[in-house]
Amino acid sequence: MSGYLAGLLAMLSINIIVAYSVFLPGSAGLLNLGAAGFVLVGAYTAGALSSLYDMPLAPAIALGSAMSALVAFLIAFPILRTRGIYMVLATFAFAEVVGGVLLNIPSLGGAAGLSVMAYAGLPVVVPCAIGTVAFVAWLMRTRFGLSVRAIHDDESVAHLFGVHLRMTQVMALTLGGAVGGLGGALLVHQFNFIDVQSTGVLFSIYVLLYVLMGGTQTVWGPLFGAIFFTLVPEGLRKLSELDPSLKFLEGGRYIVFGVAVVLIMMLRPQGVITRTMIEGWGGSARKKEAGA
Amino acid sequence: MQLLQQIVNGLMLGGILAFVAVAFTLTIGMLNFLNFTIPALFMLAGMVTWALSSSGGHFMGLGWHWTYAAAAGIAVAVLASLLIERFTYRYMKARFGDATEHALPLVSSLGFLIIFEHLAMMFWSGDPQRFELPFKSSTLEIGGLMFGIPHLISLASAIVLVALLNGILERTRLGRALRSIAENPDAATLMGVEVQRIVPVVFVIAGVLSALAGILYAASYGTVTPFMGDAIATDAIAGMVLGGLGNIWGAIAGGLLVGLVKVLAISTFGAEIEKIPVWGLLLVILIVRPQGLFGHTRIGKGKF
Repeated sequence: MSGYLAGLLAMLSINIIVAYSVFLPGSAGLLNLGAAGFVLVGAYTAGALSSLYDMPLAPAIALGSAMSALVAFLIAFPILRTRGIYMVLATFAFAEVVGGVLLNIPSLGGAAGLSVMAYAGLPVVVPCAIGTVAFVAWLMRTRFGLSVRAIHDDESVAHLFGVHLRMTQVMALTLGGAVGGLGGALLVHQFNFIDVQSTGVLFSIYVLLYVLMGGTQTVWGPLFGAIFFTLVPEGLRKLSELDPSLKFLEGGRYIVFGVAVVLIMMLRPQGVITRTMIEGWGGSARKKEAGA
Repeated sequence: MQLLQQIVNGLMLGGILAFVAVAFTLTIGMLNFLNFTIPALFMLAGMVTWALSSSGGHFMGLGWHWTYAAAAGIAVAVLASLLIERFTYRYMKARFGDATEHALPLVSSLGFLIIFEHLAMMFWSGDPQRFELPFKSSTLEIGGLMFGIPHLISLASAIVLVALLNGILERTRLGRALRSIAENPDAATLMGVEVQRIVPVVFVIAGVLSALAGILYAASYGTVTPFMGDAIATDAIAGMVLGGLGNIWGAIAGGLLVGLVKVLAISTFGAEIEKIPVWGLLLVILIVRPQGLFGHTRIGKGKF
């Protein structure tokens, strides 16, 4: 496999993992615009353990993920006090605070970023991505999955039917944090580098868009969103290299992305992959779908 | 003296933030819509003004007088804002009956933000461009303190415009229609308010405010880039939340406060600290007092 393809596959795997970190709370109706925060916690924890304390790769990645889960668990309680737009802003502010704190820890490199020696190649990254998808797919078939789906559709009815709202939402956020931390821990070891600047507001926005474009109703939505929005822009970039007359595609791929976002929101507001599409491929549920 | 100058600098930055914060708080207060295209409108006005007024080899380079260029910049931003209204708020409203219960307009506005920023990048490249000032000196010295003239204009015009806006909202027929839409769009429709005609007004006002802020920002700091709106908009969002969503005077106070906190923190602890005080304060406010320092609680409660 060429270096180019390997890099692309690794990036795709990491994007998929990070997309699921936003999907997990998203499936319970919690919009998380702070994906970068969890990714940074996982990346810096794992990176520091493997580079400063010479820890082997596997435990470092696991601890990075665990640390991110812990942070997510602790932040879940205050964040769940907020609703709607306030929650979007609170998760966003959380990610900015994490970035701000990490910038001010000199032993982690500060603004220059953190470089690590240990390398996580495809044999590590790809199984992690497949494992994450399988885990979330399994999770959504359990009672927990049913609960988050009920909360997503109607919070008060779910509550009336005995779903423990607070516990389910805290769990969704914590699991999301764990998956985001895993993504970050893999990211830092794939690129041997992480810095706060490149994992900022735009990163969080793009990840949230992957998930919403794919759809939060089913477990396949974020997978589709991450694959589509990783491969299509990359394909356009590759095309722009082939011929000088296609040079405009270099910057144009972002415009294609933006137009796709606007169009999908207009035509399929629940995302490309919806529950009705998976379950029956039927068209009669259109009205229900729009109202959900 | 040093401290006093830093306080002045903070309030100067805050003057521009206040402008953008008012644009944000107006759309969220009236329509319950967190409009992420505001940084794009801010940037479009600044860049169009630069492109038309500077004489040189870059795109257009017509070398217009800066007043015409600024007017064109504002016009482009307003047209863009109306285009956005058509594809976000109005479309969702027509299709789902209620645009506020969904995160959809918010997500579409992120799409538009990406489109406009990268269009600007294709036209003018991503490099920072020098924005030449029409005047020789842009600072004013009073009693040993330096005041930036564009900042002063920004702060003064923000206060004047908000006073004007407040007057319109409280006294005129249009203002009453706007307030009734903010309260309940369906009831407003039943009472004979033409919601589809009034809503674009909010977008025009937001477009004008963001455009003015963008031009004043370009004039104060002397550079324009396709991504100049991002950092300003995030700080303005912080200011808006501090002031309370939907509260226009609160947005001015919040914007000034964020500018002040930011400049004082940087001058005391160094540039790398800047995110912690502003966003830490915001996180605490959101959790402890989500209505903001002087705000309402009604707004932004919709389920996503």
